[in-house]
Amino acid sequence: MSNRMINLLVPAIAVILGLLVGAIVMLVSGYDPVAGYIALWQGIFGDSYAIGETIRQITPYILAGLAVAFAFRTGLFNIGVEGQLIVGWFAAVYVGAAFDLPKFIHLPLSILAGAAAGALWAFLPGLLKAKMKIHEVIVTIMMNYIALHVVNALIKTWSGGGDKTDRIMESASLRSEFLSSLTDYSRLHYGIIVALLMVAVMWFILEKTTTGFELKAVGFNENASEYAGMKIGKNIILSMVISGAFAGLAGAMEGLGTFGNMYTRGGFTGIGFDGIAVALLGANTPLGVIFGAVLFGSLKYGALNMPNAAQIPEEVVQIVIALVIFFVACGYAIRLFLTKISKKKEEK
Amino acid sequence: MEYVIEMLNIRKEFGNFVANDNITLQLKKGEIHALLGENGAGKSTLMNVLFGLYQPEGGEIRVRGKKVDITDPNVANNLGIGMVHQHFMLVENFTVTENIILGNEPTKNGSVNISSASKKVAELSRQYGLNVDPNAKIEDISVGMQQRVEILKTLYRGADILIFDEPTASLTPQEISELIGIMKKLIAEGKSIILITHKLQEIMDVSDRVTVIRKGKGIGTVETAQTDPEQLASMMVGRQVTFKTEKGPASPTDEVLQINGLTVEDARGVAKVKNLNLSIRKGEIVGIAGIDGNGQSELIEAITGLRKSKSGKIIINGKDITNRKPREITKSGIGHIPQDRHKHGLVLDFPIGHNIAIQTYYRPPYSKGGIMDYAAIEKKAEEIIAQYDVRTQGPHEPARALSGGNQQKAIIGREVERNPDLLIAALPTRGLDVGAIEFIHRRLIEQRDSGKAVLLISFELDEVMNVSDRIAVIYDGSIIDTVLPSETDEQQLGLLMAGHSKEAAVVQSEEGVNNHVQ
Repeated sequence: MSNRMINLLVPAIAVILGLLVGAIVMLVSGYDPVAGYIALWQGIFGDSYAIGETIRQITPYILAGLAVAFAFRTGLFNIGVEGQLIVGWFAAVYVGAAFDLPKFIHLPLSILAGAAAGALWAFLPGLLKAKMKIHEVIVTIMMNYIALHVVNALIKTWSGGGDKTDRIMESASLRSEFLSSLTDYSRLHYGIIVALLMVAVMWFILEKTTTGFELKAVGFNENASEYAGMKIGKNIILSMVISGAFAGLAGAMEGLGTFGNMYTRGGFTGIGFDGIAVALLGANTPLGVIFGAVLFGSLKYGALNMPNAAQIPEEVVQIVIALVIFFVACGYAIRLFLTKISKKKEEK
Repeated sequence: MEYVIEMLNIRKEFGNFVANDNITLQLKKGEIHALLGENGAGKSTLMNVLFGLYQPEGGEIRVRGKKVDITDPNVANNLGIGMVHQHFMLVENFTVTENIILGNEPTKNGSVNISSASKKVAELSRQYGLNVDPNAKIEDISVGMQQRVEILKTLYRGADILIFDEPTASLTPQEISELIGIMKKLIAEGKSIILITHKLQEIMDVSDRVTVIRKGKGIGTVETAQTDPEQLASMMVGRQVTFKTEKGPASPTDEVLQINGLTVEDARGVAKVKNLNLSIRKGEIVGIAGIDGNGQSELIEAITGLRKSKSGKIIINGKDITNRKPREITKSGIGHIPQDRHKHGLVLDFPIGHNIAIQTYYRPPYSKGGIMDYAAIEKKAEEIIAQYDVRTQGPHEPARALSGGNQQKAIIGREVERNPDLLIAALPTRGLDVGAIEFIHRRLIEQRDSGKAVLLISFELDEVMNVSDRIAVIYDGSIIDTVLPSETDEQQLGLLMAGHSKEAAVVQSEEGVNNHVQ
């Protein structure tokens, strides 16, 4: 079996195995797996509306995945994507609602505000790591909580005690009549283009620029990089800032595209944390992140249809979805298995 | 003749690669048998076969005359085979006894019986003259002592055939001579030893017979008494090797590096370099001789900008570079072959091509307007790979995949190509085999002959003696004396390194010679 074949087979087998075990779980719990999976399929690809919503759901996953993957490639663990996403969301909505400008200025400005807020939120952990060697995992986790509650407080203050912000101006919206009508009036918006553009940006920074060379070198080996004259602290901060900007953009897509405003939240969106899995599923490469985000986004959105169409309880659905992702993450074991089989065949 | 171990016609393959091709090694009872080969020749593979970590594709193993099938390390242990690993496998914050019984704890009423074990360890230590305190913590004892703990571990488990894997790699000269004493004592007590090494002098000093392997093939077994280092080296490398590196007299000119009253502290604020003075001129190689831990690392780090100096001045080409940033220092004309090539020398996960560019990547032609030109990097890397005989599949191969010698050649190529006025070479041949050592020494001398300065730091006395034009002896953070290689010998240097003054060293060294004659 060629390597290429194995590379293609591994994710396919993983998904099938996950679905099989998921089917067993549904059977044991007394539900019909066939009906369940039909509902999942319909939920993802059933009609043009479902497809539009699935793509919409994939958009923030791509950006959150890029944020985690970028930091990871440069040796940092950004667990704070969730918090950076929340501040990015709020900043984008604020700029989108508080100003009245022509669209060609207002929209980019609102998007940039989201990116800048995320970057700023990641700058602090980067600074603490660079100057005082405080581990970024602890700082970023804690800053998630700070982000959540600070933004909730800001929304309350801004809305005079309410639980949601004003809606953004039309001039700051990513909504698209065209995309929406194409998909049976789903909430699909231009954010997917921004996300795909950022995939290219991450690839370009890492693979083409001198900055990327330094970031990767520092990520792999700080000592050798310092010896080669690179500034370790500067690179750590820069990496966190870029990562945070991706995360802030994920929030901006939600604010300017999907929702058009922001509500106070009782808990996290979960997108930032799922971004960790998306990045790891995609082996921290830009293209891999797209794959991971498609898997996550489709399953998450499609699963919503399972309780309605197949009467499978939410809890069981979540177990099934987790199983599929679990098996994809276990790709290494499957790869090992395939390599062994193909070796034995060669011997014969 | 009685053999305790016979490995006959062993063959071990990894895929298409043959790591051991028909190798035979026979260990007599009560001998020290050296296994000699270059890095990557297949020594470790052969020993892992004996220790049960790999299963051979061909050949047979006999232990005390009986054919055996060593399927895993437990089988090897039960056969009385013990391995003293090159990288110690010890738990730092456990005591000596705790480490020795780990995995095999004697129990009394369900709890570990430390005191009986500790008594047994103390007894073994006495019997073999190992001088190990069973209750000391590993983190508090020296490297040489830790190695003796590894030896004790095998003895405690009843081994009478001991495999030593490159045992002197991390020891000081004093510790090496102690180890040699221990090995002789072990033999006297009826043990047999296989010594894996690529150091010829060690073999001449301790072994009874030598089996040489080259590129996975058994070359032959010779009696140590009937051979010499030259013959062994040519068996190992497959061609004639010169030990005494040929070089003409130095013709030093202008001063390149000047260090005045330099004091450097380590991370805990303890002064490691104390009021040190040193001067190096163009066209000479200055060797720093000293025992590990006398301030060499801190001195290099201060010169290269990786550590702040407390006081004093470092001047290169007339420019004060004290406490400047590494890149500024590099640009003022310093090249540096770091002492730890994995930690400071290479980004192991980067391709070797990137590593070759890691000092120059930000300058044209490699980077233009912030955009990398990887094609230019590759072209340069290919040049250096060819010119410095770096054996690799090409610039794309990860640095990690190269052997130590080839990694080192790539680093030397990278540094020398930048044409620095001063090349600092810290332990440049550590862990390398004679072929690579010869190559590196020749490059250092070429650098000198082209009018550059070289600062060589080494723990190997013969390296310092052979390559340097002047030897500065460092002791407790200061240069205590500077001598010429032609006017000193290893004994005198050894005494200077131990902190004796020159006068005392000369007297003692002469006494030593007289004793030897008597």
